[in-house]
Amino acid sequence: MTTVTWTADEIMTVTAARSLRDRMACFVGIGLPSTAANVARRTHAPGLWMIYESGTLGAVPDHLPLSIGDGILAETADTVVSVPEVFNYWLQPGRIDVGFLGAAQIDRYANINTTVIGDYDAPKVRLPGAGGAPEIAASCREVVVIMRQSTRAFVDRVDFVTSVGHGAGPGDRERLGLTGAGPTRVITDLGVMEPHPETRELVLTGVHPGVDTAAVREATGWDLKVSEDLVRTPEPTTEELAVLRELTGSA
Amino acid sequence: MIVPLDEAVRELVHDGDTVALEGFTHLIPVAAGHEIIRQGLRDLTLVRMTPDIVYDQLIGAGCAAKLVFSWGGNPGVGSLHRFRDAVTSSWPVPLEIEEHSHAGMANRYVAGASGLPFAVLRGYSGTDLVAHNPNIKSIACPFTGQELAAVPALNPDVTIVHAQRADADGNVQLWGITGIQKEAALAAERVLVTVEEVVDTLDPVPGQVILPGRVVTAVSPVPGGAAPSYAHGYYERDNDAYKAWDAIGRDRAAFTAWLERLTGEASSTSPQPAGRAL
Repeated sequence: MTTVTWTADEIMTVTAARSLRDRMACFVGIGLPSTAANVARRTHAPGLWMIYESGTLGAVPDHLPLSIGDGILAETADTVVSVPEVFNYWLQPGRIDVGFLGAAQIDRYANINTTVIGDYDAPKVRLPGAGGAPEIAASCREVVVIMRQSTRAFVDRVDFVTSVGHGAGPGDRERLGLTGAGPTRVITDLGVMEPHPETRELVLTGVHPGVDTAAVREATGWDLKVSEDLVRTPEPTTEELAVLRELTGSA
Repeated sequence: MIVPLDEAVRELVHDGDTVALEGFTHLIPVAAGHEIIRQGLRDLTLVRMTPDIVYDQLIGAGCAAKLVFSWGGNPGVGSLHRFRDAVTSSWPVPLEIEEHSHAGMANRYVAGASGLPFAVLRGYSGTDLVAHNPNIKSIACPFTGQELAAVPALNPDVTIVHAQRADADGNVQLWGITGIQKEAALAAERVLVTVEEVVDTLDPVPGQVILPGRVVTAVSPVPGGAAPSYAHGYYERDNDAYKAWDAIGRDRAAFTAWLERLTGEASSTSPQPAGRAL
């Protein structure tokens, strides 16, 4: 039997890819979400309908785009629409099953910050900003977040709410008029978190092979609760790893 | 109608103007941005959904007093360091910012193009953007009472876009990822379009975006004028140039040296080969 080895980033990406189901319409952010979505499309979800906010609907790129508007996305898409159309006609009415996002900071209620670290008017770090994320988080039927885990990124309260997760707890999304279910999974290099059905607080529901719960809790900026039904992430298959490495050029 | 780029920028863009150089990854009017830097324009309110490296360069060169935007980054690479430096350290000049989401910005242009005072969207609810931007307000639907977001129309003094082709009457063909260019052009007082080529006759191709000459103030032929972004059907995105910008933009001295090289160059009215302009 051969031993398959992989990196923390690789199991994170593969686990995120497995969150996507065939035929889903997926609003894809660039970077890790795009990598994971493209792995999914090449493995178990060949009919994944990928939408990039540049207006390419149903893109099937033969390599990973560096940017959300690379020519390969337009060349291979079912159709290319304007930016108002992608947001007003496709995202806003709830036609997209899943939004796939990254973030700089996330908090215990899965609120997302991609705007500033520190004070808005005197920031420690100025980040790129909102882009399409606020409406993706508001209007997709559900949201999957993929990001590396550390106490800097997983904070008790985000410095700035760019995109609403579960607000301050139960009932907030409904009160704010947000139509989608919000973040249903947060996938990191250590494990998987999901909102508790009642409190809406993120709870550790899965850990990757070789990771113990104490290490995940240590990398989290709040007192992370662990599910009684904690599962161990299945190891990446050789096929998943081969596809991922071919995409990222690390084969 | 067909005017060299330096002349077009001199006539159409003035200190203090609100200027949108739009392009959503594709067809970014980089050469026009460089001409604005060369002409030393100041106190501009720069507008764009996705300010990327040419806005980083304009900000670093001190052309902008304010930026209205929804995502400021080097796509696929990281942050804009001249933008960061201006926001956090006021270098070389302070930069006021007005920050939206993509949906908010897109709808501001749609309202501008539609001749309406504001646009309405379901968005922004619960975000901290609302508290930091007086141009995001809440409005009740007059029919259902539903709370929605309202944003004011955006009507730039001048919008600059890059396109593939135009004819001598200023009719413009633009295809591929069309972004927000059409709305930004229709919302503006004056419109400058830089193009890969001016042709005698435009072959009509169904489905292409055409800006009729009557809404275009000037066309400047600038082959390669979108590089290092791309012009569908002409040349590809120079991803290496975007990566290379990270090191230049990160360092004030490296940026200053870059800026001196740019402003020392002759005006870009002479054709530039694709992929050359960083």
